[in-house]
Amino acid sequence: MYTLSNVSKTYKQSSRTVHALTDVNLSIGDGQHVAIQGPTGGGKSTLLQMLGGLDRPSSGTVMLGDAELSRLPDRRLAGIRAKEIGFVFQGFNLIPTLTAQQNVETALEPLGISGEQRSKRAADALASVGLADRGSHLPSELSGGQQQRVAIARALVKEPDVLLADEPTGNLDEETRDEIMELLEGMHRDRGLTLVVVTHDSSIARRAERRLVIKHGAVKEV
Amino acid sequence: MFFTYLRRELAGRRRQTAIIATGMALAIALVIIVTSISAGVKNAQAKVLESVYGVGTDITVTQTPTAPTTANGGRQQFQFGSGEGQTTDGTTTVSRSRLTSGPGTATFDATELATVSGVKNVSAAAATLSLRNVTFSGQLPQRRQSGTDTGATGGQTAPTDGTQAPQGGPDGAGGSAFDVNSFTVLGLDPAADAIGPLSAVTLADGRSLAKSDDGKAVAVLDADYATSASLAVGGTIDIGGTTFTIVGTVASNTADSASASNVYIPLDMAQSLSGETGKVSTVYVKAASSTDIDQVQADIQKAVPNSTVSTQADLASSVSGSLATASSLVAGLGLWLSIAVLAAAFLIAILFTISGVTRRTREFGTLKAIGWSNRRVVGQVAGESVVQGLIGGVLGIVIGIVGVVIINVIQPTLTGGASQSSFAGGRGGAGGTGAAAGTGSTGESTRGTGGGFSGRGFGEAARAAAATTNVVLNAPVTLSILVIAVALAVLGGLLAGAFGGWRAARLRPAEALRSVA
Repeated sequence: MYTLSNVSKTYKQSSRTVHALTDVNLSIGDGQHVAIQGPTGGGKSTLLQMLGGLDRPSSGTVMLGDAELSRLPDRRLAGIRAKEIGFVFQGFNLIPTLTAQQNVETALEPLGISGEQRSKRAADALASVGLADRGSHLPSELSGGQQQRVAIARALVKEPDVLLADEPTGNLDEETRDEIMELLEGMHRDRGLTLVVVTHDSSIARRAERRLVIKHGAVKEV
Repeated sequence: MFFTYLRRELAGRRRQTAIIATGMALAIALVIIVTSISAGVKNAQAKVLESVYGVGTDITVTQTPTAPTTANGGRQQFQFGSGEGQTTDGTTTVSRSRLTSGPGTATFDATELATVSGVKNVSAAAATLSLRNVTFSGQLPQRRQSGTDTGATGGQTAPTDGTQAPQGGPDGAGGSAFDVNSFTVLGLDPAADAIGPLSAVTLADGRSLAKSDDGKAVAVLDADYATSASLAVGGTIDIGGTTFTIVGTVASNTADSASASNVYIPLDMAQSLSGETGKVSTVYVKAASSTDIDQVQADIQKAVPNSTVSTQADLASSVSGSLATASSLVAGLGLWLSIAVLAAAFLIAILFTISGVTRRTREFGTLKAIGWSNRRVVGQVAGESVVQGLIGGVLGIVIGIVGVVIINVIQPTLTGGASQSSFAGGRGGAGGTGAAAGTGSTGESTRGTGGGFSGRGFGEAARAAAATTNVVLNAPVTLSILVIAVALAVLGGLLAGAFGGWRAARLRPAEALRSVA
């Protein structure tokens, strides 16, 4: 479970100082489904970076379970990202030269899993998102929805505790959007993982059990 | 995964791979071609030097020439006594041959050979004495014994009363004609045949000098010289006033090249006939191993004061002709061109790798976000670069070998001359003046003082001294060249990988969240 205490983040942007987050206090319980909304530039992405261990706050602490993400060295942070956190991105972020199967396997690479195990688990993950027969396809040969399914399989293959999704349906049409959200919510339900979805789509936010709005660096419950 | 990713990345980004590999390939091909041409030129130089200095000679020791101590120094002088020559029909024929050390040749004591042999890591040493034999022969009018005349003075008689026309001489009218014939003579120890000038020749006819020839008047001739002087095995040759039997002829191992000297005779004979008893002019030294050459050179320099100690490398600078041009071209232009092209190829590889990493910012950011360590990402980038370099290296080796094969098929011919120091200053081309002999001594002048020279010999001496050799350039590709090529390819790949990896390492995992461009 996440505990953020007095988290502030400031950036230097040329001569200007940007206050992306100001004094955020927040806790997210295990297995919660949280939606984060807010205007562009309000601090959504910065908050997601703090939760994902992609960046450190300027002040305050970010705890994931017993690990203080705000103070761990890069190497340990990478380890936590590899084991405990799954990411789903707006742009899918698949490696264009790798097949669907190989893209999923990249998530198992840092865990030191043997080749045979790796390909079996990746194939299972692809099957669980409904792409059992698409393993040998390159991302360019898949539709947007299929690409995002591959990305979800990549995020889930390592069986993480947390799934962070940054505008997961932002690049998809409405029909596909619902499919993807159902898939994510299904995973959340079946596996009991914590699901944090950043979105500016209210219809998606309404599906979450808890809604947060972040504006001018401050977080408010809705 | 590493190799799968690598393979798919290189296959998936063929353009970048092709550009980097092509740049690397061209640079490495150039390095291979230049290196092998340079090796070929070095071999050619060694061949040219071999014809003069013999096979296996690493170092030569000569004495630094000093100013002559006597008034006439090393100049040739022929003095004829009053009763000398044979007189028939009013013409006196005189002939005298002298064997002297050549101009500019300084001799030193033969005991220095022992000193040189005693230097550490000298495996063999042999001494030679470079000499030149000059035969002065000619015809002059009979000396007259008239009481009223001023009398015989020197070689010419000048009638003072004007009542008697001069008689005799080659033209029958009081003129004179002289012939100067010169050839080079090398005295060497017949026992020491493993090193020195005679080690680089092949026997054309007869036999070579043997140990039992010490003290005997036997000579071996350069085959070309023997032909031009109409001499053959079994014949005789006058050297320093002694008649030598010709026992063999030798030819240079190198095509179209004369051997080091016109005539080879036993060292002791050379010494006694030239009055240089106990003297030698050059000591040929073979070092125990090529790595000892510098040490041996330094030690000999110390042991034999006032000597000039030259290594093959020093001698190589004496090689002239188009070979020297090729050598400096390869050493100068070739080297710098290789370095420039190699640097350009490295730069291209580095820039393309960095730009490739920049283009893949989101990709590497994503990998970092899903838990890839910095080391793994950097390793991937470096791995790609090294393989690109290796592809370039293999391509470069293929192109390079094709280039070298083309050179070897064309077989460019280079000429090289090596002027042996002891004959430096030998004048060539003087032979033409001989044509003046006839007209200069027609005796139409009543004083009858015409004279002329026939200088065939100088040309011969000069030819042997500056042995011009045609050498076919062969560019060898050795294993070490290929190893260097592959090493350069890997180095280029590593350099590009280091820069690309450095760039990738600085990428923040948060880049994964960048919105789609």
